[in-house]
Amino acid sequence: MKNVISIRDLSREEILHLLDQGEKIEKGELKPDHSETVMSIVFFESSTRTRFSFETAMKRMNGKVITMSGTKGTSVDKGESLGDTLKTVANYSDIMVVRSGLEGTQRYASEIIPIPVINAGDGSNQHPTQCLLDLYSIRKTQGKLDNLSIAVVGDLRYGRAVHSLVYGLSHFSPKLHLISPDFLKIPEYIKTDLEDKNIEIHEGSDLSEVINKVDIMYVTRIQKERFSDLDAYERVKNCYVVSKSMFGDVKSNFKLLHPLPRVDEISTDVDDTKYAYYFQQAKNGVYIRQAIISELLGGSK
Amino acid sequence: MKKERKVDAIKNGTVIDHIPAGKAFKVIEILKIKNTDMISLGMNLPSSKHGSKDILKVENWELSHNEVNKITLVAPGATLSIIREFEISEKYNVKLPPEVSGLIGCPNKKCITNEVESISRFYVESDDGKKMRCHYCERLYPAESLNIG
Ligand SMILES: [Zn+2]
Repeated sequence: MKNVISIRDLSREEILHLLDQGEKIEKGELKPDHSETVMSIVFFESSTRTRFSFETAMKRMNGKVITMSGTKGTSVDKGESLGDTLKTVANYSDIMVVRSGLEGTQRYASEIIPIPVINAGDGSNQHPTQCLLDLYSIRKTQGKLDNLSIAVVGDLRYGRAVHSLVYGLSHFSPKLHLISPDFLKIPEYIKTDLEDKNIEIHEGSDLSEVINKVDIMYVTRIQKERFSDLDAYERVKNCYVVSKSMFGDVKSNFKLLHPLPRVDEISTDVDDTKYAYYFQQAKNGVYIRQAIISELLGGSK
Repeated sequence: MKKERKVDAIKNGTVIDHIPAGKAFKVIEILKIKNTDMISLGMNLPSSKHGSKDILKVENWELSHNEVNKITLVAPGATLSIIREFEISEKYNVKLPPEVSGLIGCPNKKCITNEVESISRFYVESDDGKKMRCHYCERLYPAESLNIG
């Protein structure tokens, strides 16, 4: 594995290998050391959560981190081209993590720089490390990945975590319930890809119809920053709110996942229930990112 | 042979036959055929295969592989004959290649290819051109929705 750019590039075996490595790291059976290594974080879109997760992962392995988060005050702000920024930072580091609003930036980066590239989100396209930590969390809570019934709720149109997740799950014969307002349905091309892989899909807009049937409910935030039309955002922003009162008849193995940050889509009374898993899910992200970084640096064969 | 005579025979050049009816002008546009080039055009001719078709003959011009790639995107199923001294020296069905580099503009405004100049690559995932995938933003588009040229 040279880069992690799209979950579509990874086979079932490669995905399972990374999850296994993450599990060994969590259990302390594997302690990768990258003390001689510099990781660059190049975020053209600012972020704190994903950045902290990558920084923590690298620092847990004794590695060093240099960071550009957002473009304010940087050479990009002065008009430097994207390609020049990437090539320059690549000179200072051994592995690069890139986030960008432009879709395909990381694919392009991998073609112009010699070091491994990790995609930390490109527009509405992909967020493969989020997908791997989601799959890790699903496997950990369910004891398996195959043949699960999974509801994905919220912004299925712009949400890159959702897009990566459904492609990642497509290796594991899931039954997918795609719940969203009409305006935020999953893009046609992704539906076509899922249908070509014979994935069972049910689209709907009512979360109460599926909550008692599924093993996992993956809720996403309706992302204000993806809307050019703010009226449209106001109309849909609070269309799903998961609360404790909805758990009366859920399956005993039911777990609620969310890529975070949440706004109002999961009420805080859910946090103390046995069904809430989103904070552990975020913690799992560090193990899985350690596994990914190590794999790309050739450290965990 | 009768059908061929509906448009005059040419001495040297390229004949593109079985263009879907109405698409000949698009083919001319894509090939950037100039006012000064000698062409004969037949439109809405009866076709044994598809009901009706267009046919285009360009004199003194042998199409290169790259040019053929472009026309398959708007005229799948077309046939191409290279004519030398009134004889067909080469004839083949145009077919989409597995990938097309540099010719297609991605319709996705947020695609990196619209920021960085001169990178573009599409994978042809179905022979009929209904599924063309951008190498960068990974979206699927039908060939007819792409900006080709
Ligand atoms: Zn694109």
